Amino acid sequence: MLNGVQFGLMLFLLAAGLTLVFGIMDMINLAHGSLYMIGAYLTATFVGITGVFWLGVLLAVVGTALIGMLLEFSILRQLYRRDHLSQVLATFALILIINEVVRIIWGSQPLLLSAPEGLSGPIEILPGLNYSAFRLTIIGVGLVVAMGLFLLVNNTRVGMWLRAGASNREMAQAMGVPIKPLFTLLFGVGAALCAIAGAFLGPILAVQVGMGESILILAFVVIVIGGIGSVKGALVGALLVGIVDTAGRAFLPLLLSQVASPEVASNLGPALASILIYLLMAVVLFFKPQGLFPART
Amino acid sequence: MKRILWLMVLLGLAGFSLSLAQPRTVKIGFVSTLSGGGAALGIDARDGFNLAVRLLNNQLGGLPVEVIVADDQQNPDVARQAVDRMLKRERVDFMTGIIFSNILLAVGDAIFEEKIHYISLNAGPSEYAGERCNPYFFNVAWQNDNLHEAMGQYVNTRRFENVFILAPNYPAGRDALTGFKRFYKGKIAAEVYNRLNQLDFSAEIAQIRAAKPKAVYTFQPGAMGVNFIKQYAEAGLLREIPLFLPGFSADADVIRAVGRPMVGIYNSSHWALELNNPVNQRFVEEFRKAYNRTPTLYASQGYDAALMLDAAIRAVGGDVSRKDDLRKAFLAGFNSTRGPLKFNPNGYPIQNYYLRQVVQAPNGEIINRLAGNIFSNHSDAYVSQCKLK
Repeated sequence: MLNGVQFGLMLFLLAAGLTLVFGIMDMINLAHGSLYMIGAYLTATFVGITGVFWLGVLLAVVGTALIGMLLEFSILRQLYRRDHLSQVLATFALILIINEVVRIIWGSQPLLLSAPEGLSGPIEILPGLNYSAFRLTIIGVGLVVAMGLFLLVNNTRVGMWLRAGASNREMAQAMGVPIKPLFTLLFGVGAALCAIAGAFLGPILAVQVGMGESILILAFVVIVIGGIGSVKGALVGALLVGIVDTAGRAFLPLLLSQVASPEVASNLGPALASILIYLLMAVVLFFKPQGLFPART
Repeated sequence: MKRILWLMVLLGLAGFSLSLAQPRTVKIGFVSTLSGGGAALGIDARDGFNLAVRLLNNQLGGLPVEVIVADDQQNPDVARQAVDRMLKRERVDFMTGIIFSNILLAVGDAIFEEKIHYISLNAGPSEYAGERCNPYFFNVAWQNDNLHEAMGQYVNTRRFENVFILAPNYPAGRDALTGFKRFYKGKIAAEVYNRLNQLDFSAEIAQIRAAKPKAVYTFQPGAMGVNFIKQYAEAGLLREIPLFLPGFSADADVIRAVGRPMVGIYNSSHWALELNNPVNQRFVEEFRKAYNRTPTLYASQGYDAALMLDAAIRAVGGDVSRKDDLRKAFLAGFNSTRGPLKFNPNGYPIQNYYLRQVVQAPNGEIINRLAGNIFSNHSDAYVSQCKLK
């Protein structure tokens, strides 16, 4: 259950950036996963150099945000007026290019990124129930970032512009919202969120080429469930997906092993668990075709 | 007329240079996993192999050698293309290198059909040990079940009841748990298979917590082992439920990545750093000098594969077309990092299996120490089903 929340919050960080970019700029950015990968690699590098986990994460987040803004400024800006197919093709090409560049710079072996010394042990959260301190930290960080994002979107002028842009772009532009710098900034924020996710998932998973693609699909599922352009939707969707996925993987094989051999059960279990997510998506879309919290009405 | 004369001169020169041709070079096709989560294994095996070739003055059995390396990316399709290239275009004389059993099973038949000897330095699937054994297949390391059999035997003698066993769902993972169960006679709390190359084990760790076993045995090669042990320790289970591992999940590569939590863990191996024979001492010393790291069992297997080829090519006087004699030479064995090594008719070795424990050396280095002998002159369980002689 906690694992699901932890995974869900990390998914939320990814999906929040994606949903804002998609909802406000009307831009499908497949290279979002690559920013996540860059964030993880930068974290591993900076942690290696500085020796301090938190400093490394901070540097990596800033670095990734800069890279994201640079990408927006140089390449993606040309794509806003194009149709979705060109955007998908161009950003898919970006994925391949970034993967190769990362392979050239860091090599094809996965990098090692360890949780900071003080958090690598367990914590007793309930009597007799230990839980990884680092995963708890992830939950905390995820919650803090989610709160910050809500405040930013709901209580600031920039947030107002964002919401205006998400619900009706032309009108917002006509009302004098500085759309170009806003988009660059937004892209930077999205990249920074990716970097946070990459930095905290890196020690749990592995920092390797292609780590972005597998999680990108889940992020898309999240924003479709949540409603495109809605941060609240992204949060709810991410938690739903995280919990369903983890619970499914943990308990389906157990249930199945009651009726089938362990090999069959462990084959079927994860497969069924991943179907479960898409099933969830299908059900949500059936009742709410715009997602749970549609940004546009 | 002049032109024809020139042509004749050229032809003459060509003929001359042919007659002066070098002794034939022997070509080795080395297909291995050099990228992705299993890369550490392939890289260590390759470095071990190259080290041996270099120490033999770039010769095997007295012939100059060319090693052609390709990365299979742990992907059967990529491996098939690489092997195809080795067989058809490079026309190699021997093949070796593959780490993962599912990769080997995807390309094995293509190699055997070309009557090319494949010297496996790692993957030892049960499929090639029994009825489907092949005269062109040898494994210098072990049969997949072996290290797990040793650990099953050890856990059995320690009288642990109710053991939770976990392995990735691929041929070597299934062999692993079969091997463990062959010698462990107690109750199995649960037998679980995870996905190959899975990195987040939170679901499996939740299952372990729920099953409340007395001990956990898991086989996770490469990055999977690193992640599993880290997460098992982070969840606080390492202190509650002892973890037993095969040598694959507890060698220098994993220790480097996981660090302190590894100290105290028992694991099984056919090789150890401090095995007391001149071949091994030279290997460990030269490996550390050349690559500035502690060798793993994979590195020793790569090194041994080169020594095995060296001995056999020498035995046939450098004529690598004498396939039957080569086979006899391979079966006769050679002097390995584990001492003199002999083979069964199915191509798998007969050897000792040891117990090792991860300890912190006085200089602070975390390292594997020999802690005892589990099996002596042990063969695999399938050899009786093999019809080869």
